Amino acid sequence: MPVVFIPPPLQGLTGGRITLEVEGATVRELIENLDRAWPGLRERLVEGDRLRPHIRVAVDGRISTMGLLERVGATSEVHFVAAVSGG
Amino acid sequence: MSGKPYRVIGTRPVRHDGADKVTGRAQFGADVRLPGMAYGYVLRSPYAHARIRRIDTSRAESYPGVLAVVTAADLPSGPDRLVDLVEGTLPLSYARTNVLARDKALYKGHAVAAVAADNPHVAEEAAGLIEVEYEPLPPVLDVLEAMREDAPRVLEDLRMRQLGELTDKAGNIGEHFRHVLGDVEKGFAEAEVIVEREFRTVMVHQGYLEPQSATALWNQDGRVYLWTTTQGAFSAREATAWILDLPVSQVRVTPMEVGGAFGGKIRVYLEPLAALLSRKCGRPVQITMPRRDVFEATGPTPGTYIRVKMGARADGRITAAQVWMAYETGAFPSGQCGFGAICILAPYDIPNVLIDGYDVVVNKPSTAPYRAPGATQAAFAAESVVDELAERLGMDPIEFRLKNAAREGTRRADGLKYQRIGCVEVLEAMRDHPHYGAPLEGPNRGRGVAMGYWFNIGWYSSCVISVNPDGTVNLVEGSVDLSGTRTTIAMQAAEVLGLRPEQVHPIVADTDSIGPTAVTGGSRTTYATGWAAWEAAHDVIRQMKQRAALLWEVDPEAVSFDGGVFRSGDRSMTFAELAERLEETGGPVVGRGAVNPSSAGGSFAGAIVDVEVDPETGKVTVLRFTSVQDAGTAIHPTAVEGQMQGGSAQGIGWALHEEYSWSPEGAMLNSSLLDYREPTALDVPPIETVIVEVPEPQHPFGVRGVGEANIVPPPAAIANAIYRAIGVRLRLLPMKPSAVLEAIWSKEV
Repeated sequence: MPVVFIPPPLQGLTGGRITLEVEGATVRELIENLDRAWPGLRERLVEGDRLRPHIRVAVDGRISTMGLLERVGATSEVHFVAAVSGG
Repeated sequence: MSGKPYRVIGTRPVRHDGADKVTGRAQFGADVRLPGMAYGYVLRSPYAHARIRRIDTSRAESYPGVLAVVTAADLPSGPDRLVDLVEGTLPLSYARTNVLARDKALYKGHAVAAVAADNPHVAEEAAGLIEVEYEPLPPVLDVLEAMREDAPRVLEDLRMRQLGELTDKAGNIGEHFRHVLGDVEKGFAEAEVIVEREFRTVMVHQGYLEPQSATALWNQDGRVYLWTTTQGAFSAREATAWILDLPVSQVRVTPMEVGGAFGGKIRVYLEPLAALLSRKCGRPVQITMPRRDVFEATGPTPGTYIRVKMGARADGRITAAQVWMAYETGAFPSGQCGFGAICILAPYDIPNVLIDGYDVVVNKPSTAPYRAPGATQAAFAAESVVDELAERLGMDPIEFRLKNAAREGTRRADGLKYQRIGCVEVLEAMRDHPHYGAPLEGPNRGRGVAMGYWFNIGWYSSCVISVNPDGTVNLVEGSVDLSGTRTTIAMQAAEVLGLRPEQVHPIVADTDSIGPTAVTGGSRTTYATGWAAWEAAHDVIRQMKQRAALLWEVDPEAVSFDGGVFRSGDRSMTFAELAERLEETGGPVVGRGAVNPSSAGGSFAGAIVDVEVDPETGKVTVLRFTSVQDAGTAIHPTAVEGQMQGGSAQGIGWALHEEYSWSPEGAMLNSSLLDYREPTALDVPPIETVIVEVPEPQHPFGVRGVGEANIVPPPAAIANAIYRAIGVRLRLLPMKPSAVLEAIWSKEV
């Protein structure tokens, strides 16, 4: 099952849990399933039908450009991180 | 080496832009000339922090030769929203306010009004007739002072964000980042040696020679045409459109050649002003910054305060690291601490980590990226502590780093697990380089090393390739060429098409003429736009196979292509022979490539440096410098070496000379190239380079990107070398002669 790493500012919503195993084939499904178990997570991560502007998702160590539509494998690691780029 | 049998990749062809650049024919921003063109001048605040009570433009408007005057009242003021301005997200109102101050001037040099006139001298003179009534306010200039509860407030409405969420904390902190791995207290309890140090760096500029210049025509049909010096035609289009409240398709940006950028030409400053002036006067308007404005009113890179605590066992394993870092952002909360927090411990596998980072607004120009933004300051701190730990443990500094080096599967401080990276290979190349083992004799001489990291981004790129009847191709791409990327992109197409690089004619197009392409930054262009070229070239080959199949009356699957030759059975045609027969087989062949890859695996770089310190004057002379970097597959080794040498030279300047000097009132005291001490040929020795090639696994050719990581290690490596030369550790940049002397004197006391 994919493992979602909960960023420190959101760990208050998961009872201090840092990682959570959750079903889902896309980032969107992961968030929907997470929110059912830990209400409030979706609101902190999603705006409308997209990730919030400050947030990016990384799947298996790479920052995705697909956001909620990114595919997730059965053993994937998923991180939510602040948006960054470069010079 | 990658070991793949490439014909083009890995060679060193002449750059496609070489002839125009060396003969002076290349057209830069300020070279644009349009019929009826007027010239603009920007009036800027003399105060670092002041309320603007009143602006009276009437005398300027009636001055002979003046065509238009604009102030913030001419900017749209619709509902606010967050916009992604490449360097990070920012409220649109802040982006507008940086273009023209509305209620407050937030730094000295903040634009207050702009004038267009028949010639630039009249525009400047008329700007002096604009009456601005200021109420000076106390400025806050220091990052730690700005974090105090009682500090002057730069932006009254600012509240701290955490992962994008607004908190209740009001003040000058724009954003708080926290990264946690393991249990840092437990990690320190396991350590037998602990080092904790504080570091300061000051604001520096990217130092590009070509000043910002923008020319705008607000056409009578409502479209805005821009010719500008920018790292991203599409990002400039979006930012200008958002600021002016226009649909993006109403703005066309033609990117001109760029005379240096290094992250400083992503944001728009002059483009909206020139457009507003053009709308008012009905003529094209060009504004070019004088050098003073380049320093005072564009985006330098932040000064910082960083505290690093690191512990290790006697066997040399680092058990824990704790970092507290605060970065200036200038007047608006779009900063680089988040970058620094990712990069500061990136070369190491450390099980227990706690990083707290803060972006803090101060009354200085709004900061902008500078080559691996935020990482150089971070590495100066971390790599100095790593060096001290190695010394305390009696270990060789490279062996200590190798013992703790990040590798595939290591978790970065932000939790992401590395895929294939070249950190170990870079360290091994440093250890095995003749420089590292060479004797260094003589008094006051020392050798230092350091590592650096930049994560390299992916992002969207477009490319179109059309086949010419003579067997060459035209390649149209959207990436502004900062460093020969036309050629590195063309080489990837040439490799696929079986052509020589000079048979591919690359063109950087305007925003009406190619699909969207993200900014040239983040070391992404050879990686992502090269990938788009690879895809477009394969599209060409697919179509050409169909044409060959038509001629030979076989199935397209029966046609192969290798080394520039199409074959089916015993029949064959070269690419050029088939190109000549396109008209009769269906017409033009045009291939397209459009990609949006995720981030690359990142690039590690290391530096070995020898210095000599003059104990009488404090002057540090760099005697020898070796730069080592993992490029992934090096498409054009000369271009890669150029990046490594350029980044190293800038790192040497940052380490030893460069700084914004401030008056207590917040005025920059050295806003000219005479007084802002950039390194010259006398300061920089020949820089030896070692390209390490650990291919990036997801890229078709294994490209990683090389534009940034090379600037990260030099300041730390030089600090470590100075320590070995004179026995004192400097923890403040720049390590200028006065700072070195003070350190020597304090040691003697």
